[in-house]
Amino acid sequence: MTADTLITLVLIVLFVPLFSFALLLAFGKRLPRKGDVIATGLMFANLALAVVVLVGTLNLPEAAPIPGFPHEPPQASFTWVDFQSSITVMEQDIPLRIELGVLLDPLVAIMLVVVMIITALVHLFSIGYMKGDPKYHRYFAYLGIFAFSMLGIVVTNNFLMMYAAWELVGLSSYLLIGFWYEKPMPAYAGTKAFLVNRIGDIGMWTGILILFTSYGTFRFDEIFAYIAAGQLPFGSEAWLTAAGILIFMGAIGKSAQFPLHTWLPDAMEGPTPVSALIHAATMVAAGVYLVARTFPMMSGGALIVIASIGTITAFVAATIALVQNDIKKVLAYSTVSQLGYMVLALGVGAYTAAFFHLVTHAMFKACLFLGSGSVIHAMHDGLHHIDDHDSDAQDIRNMGGLAKKMPVTFATFLVATLAISGVPIFSGFLSKDEILAGAWAFGGLQGELSVLIPWIGFIVAAMTAFYMFRLVILTFLGESKRPDIFAHIHESPMTMKIPIIVLATLSLWVFYSFNPFSGPSGWFVKTVETPVTVTGDQWYPFSHGGVHDTEHEAVLDMEEHDAVHGIETAVAETHAGQETLAHATHEAHIPAMIASLLLATAGILFAFAMYSRKLLDPDRLAAKLRPVHTFLLNKWYFDEIYEQWVVIPGLLAFTRITYWFDAHIIDGAVNGAAAVTRLQSRISGLFDKWVVDGFVNLVAYVVGFFGILLKKTQTGRIQAYIAFVLTGVVALIYLFGIFR
Amino acid sequence: MFEIGLTHYLIVSAILFSLGVLALSIRRNAVLMLMGVELILNSANINLLAFSRYKGLALEAHVFALFVIILAAAEAAVALAIVLHIYRTNNTIEADRISALKE
Repeated sequence: MTADTLITLVLIVLFVPLFSFALLLAFGKRLPRKGDVIATGLMFANLALAVVVLVGTLNLPEAAPIPGFPHEPPQASFTWVDFQSSITVMEQDIPLRIELGVLLDPLVAIMLVVVMIITALVHLFSIGYMKGDPKYHRYFAYLGIFAFSMLGIVVTNNFLMMYAAWELVGLSSYLLIGFWYEKPMPAYAGTKAFLVNRIGDIGMWTGILILFTSYGTFRFDEIFAYIAAGQLPFGSEAWLTAAGILIFMGAIGKSAQFPLHTWLPDAMEGPTPVSALIHAATMVAAGVYLVARTFPMMSGGALIVIASIGTITAFVAATIALVQNDIKKVLAYSTVSQLGYMVLALGVGAYTAAFFHLVTHAMFKACLFLGSGSVIHAMHDGLHHIDDHDSDAQDIRNMGGLAKKMPVTFATFLVATLAISGVPIFSGFLSKDEILAGAWAFGGLQGELSVLIPWIGFIVAAMTAFYMFRLVILTFLGESKRPDIFAHIHESPMTMKIPIIVLATLSLWVFYSFNPFSGPSGWFVKTVETPVTVTGDQWYPFSHGGVHDTEHEAVLDMEEHDAVHGIETAVAETHAGQETLAHATHEAHIPAMIASLLLATAGILFAFAMYSRKLLDPDRLAAKLRPVHTFLLNKWYFDEIYEQWVVIPGLLAFTRITYWFDAHIIDGAVNGAAAVTRLQSRISGLFDKWVVDGFVNLVAYVVGFFGILLKKTQTGRIQAYIAFVLTGVVALIYLFGIFR
Repeated sequence: MFEIGLTHYLIVSAILFSLGVLALSIRRNAVLMLMGVELILNSANINLLAFSRYKGLALEAHVFALFVIILAAAEAAVALAIVLHIYRTNNTIEADRISALKE
């Protein structure tokens, strides 16, 4: 298949979900089965198309590298706005216009497939889960717009479309999280997600505008080419770093990174399949994808911020997940923690590892969420049977022993848990190992405080294994804590079982690499090549003993390239720092693998010791470490801190100011306009009354006056009339006689 | 020698006209007022024919005169009918006493 055909296919894949959305929104109620089968069918067909695109992309002939891309990707753009003016960049006049378009590289193709797999399976799962909901068809319509927005982020080749799709994701997440808006909590959660995301988006937009003001273009390849050619935003390295960090702020919001992670656990108020969609493949992956897409222009200064944020997020979220009792909350915080991993990996330059983890995490996390949905569904039915409307269907303290009643759910959940814990032969092991190796290599090269990054990475790996197995043990193993509910628990219907089975299968190693212990030998890592950074000296130096400069010259295999608007740009085929890092990562591979294996095993064993064998009573431990336990149970008091320090003094005060502004300035203007209008109408009323009416009355008065005067002559006596006529004739004769 | 000219006709016509106007203005009796109208019409006829005769016109004046005679006849018929009707309703034909258009 040629590149043009593939681009066309990409566009079709992009717009099919939008079509599904429009169709269900317009005709949803009248379609058979409210359109769920149509939407699901469309998504599966779209998935097939996405797979075709992936296969086609992998078989494309390798193109020459351009700045920021290992191989020049096929693109298609059109001019959306032409400002009819120009901007001077690098002493050349560039026509100022906005282009929209799509590009296709392995990153895009893989993301298309991942997004469509999760979307299609979530559609299928929702048929069972959402059965009987009054807004059934609207739910499927929202799923469609969500998929469309996410695909928009994935396929775009410019920042503007990225930002537009970004906001669309924000909107559709708001619609889905707040789907049960008649209940107060989901409505608040939707609003919170939307507003918290907006904070990050402001930064992202500012970063995009810095680039647009400097280069007059939104396109990735052109921006990368300018930076590669040595043209920095406003001619300063600090601005390049600032732009990188600001764009990363968007990812902080969408990918729920510290300190904006608080929206994600609350977003669990939405329907559980939506949680799977949001937290596996779509919304939160968007942030990681954004950083991956802009990775080549991230300077070392921006990357170290990214790595730090990722590390803090991974650690904070993992500690909170240790003690939560709500099944979905545990999964939510594990999502935040894993996203921290991905961001950390991007920050330390382990680009491929981050994207690898994004994909594997999408599969097993979707499996975990849908599995938890299956459990919650069964628990709801159980509670319904015994007429219990107070107990929480999501609280793991009400569960236990469910493995006997729900074997399929248990088996798939266990597979996904093994994957997320980093156990060999499962996908999570491959990708997490890559990340840890990268972090280890980075810590070794960078030194100083940076060694904390791999250290915390390993601790989090152990914690992940611990809290995930705690969840499995408390939910599925042991004795049931509520036998009354347990009696009515049943396995979920087929539409819900198939998706989790498929996702559990996709959590096996074989889909990513045939060697279960080595990710880099698989097709995935080979396909997703790390792009050479365009920031040159701005990247991490990783220099050893001053040979850096000469080595740098040697590997900077300069090549004349006609990249943008005829500017000759140097394409660096390699980068010294990245080469050093890759080399170190390769060496760190085995030790990192052994360490992560040991830690995962330790975590799992510890979980069994505490919750299954009761060698260490969790309640007594909690009582002993009361302050720590309370601190973690309350999620580090993030919400309270924000409430106390940001929302009340900042937002509420600001709201009061805007309220005052509304009440006095806006309303004042409106009322003022009303007063002026009233005055004007009073004047025009008076004018009407005295001038217009006065004139009319005057005419009538004059006519009446003459009427009174002349009616005296109308006597009715014929001879009087004759006398008048004669007088008149005589008078006329005299008149004509005089004025002849 | 005294020859009859246009002036003489005009004098006769003026006398007739004045008499007609006088009758119309002074007489109270509706029938006599109608007769005054007839006098006025015929004085005009004399005028027309006299001018025709002395100013060398063809038959135009004669046609006019004939029209006037016919109109006068018609007018007399209509007016007498009205007078008759007035008499039936008001029991009088004194013009002074018929000043209201309705009872």
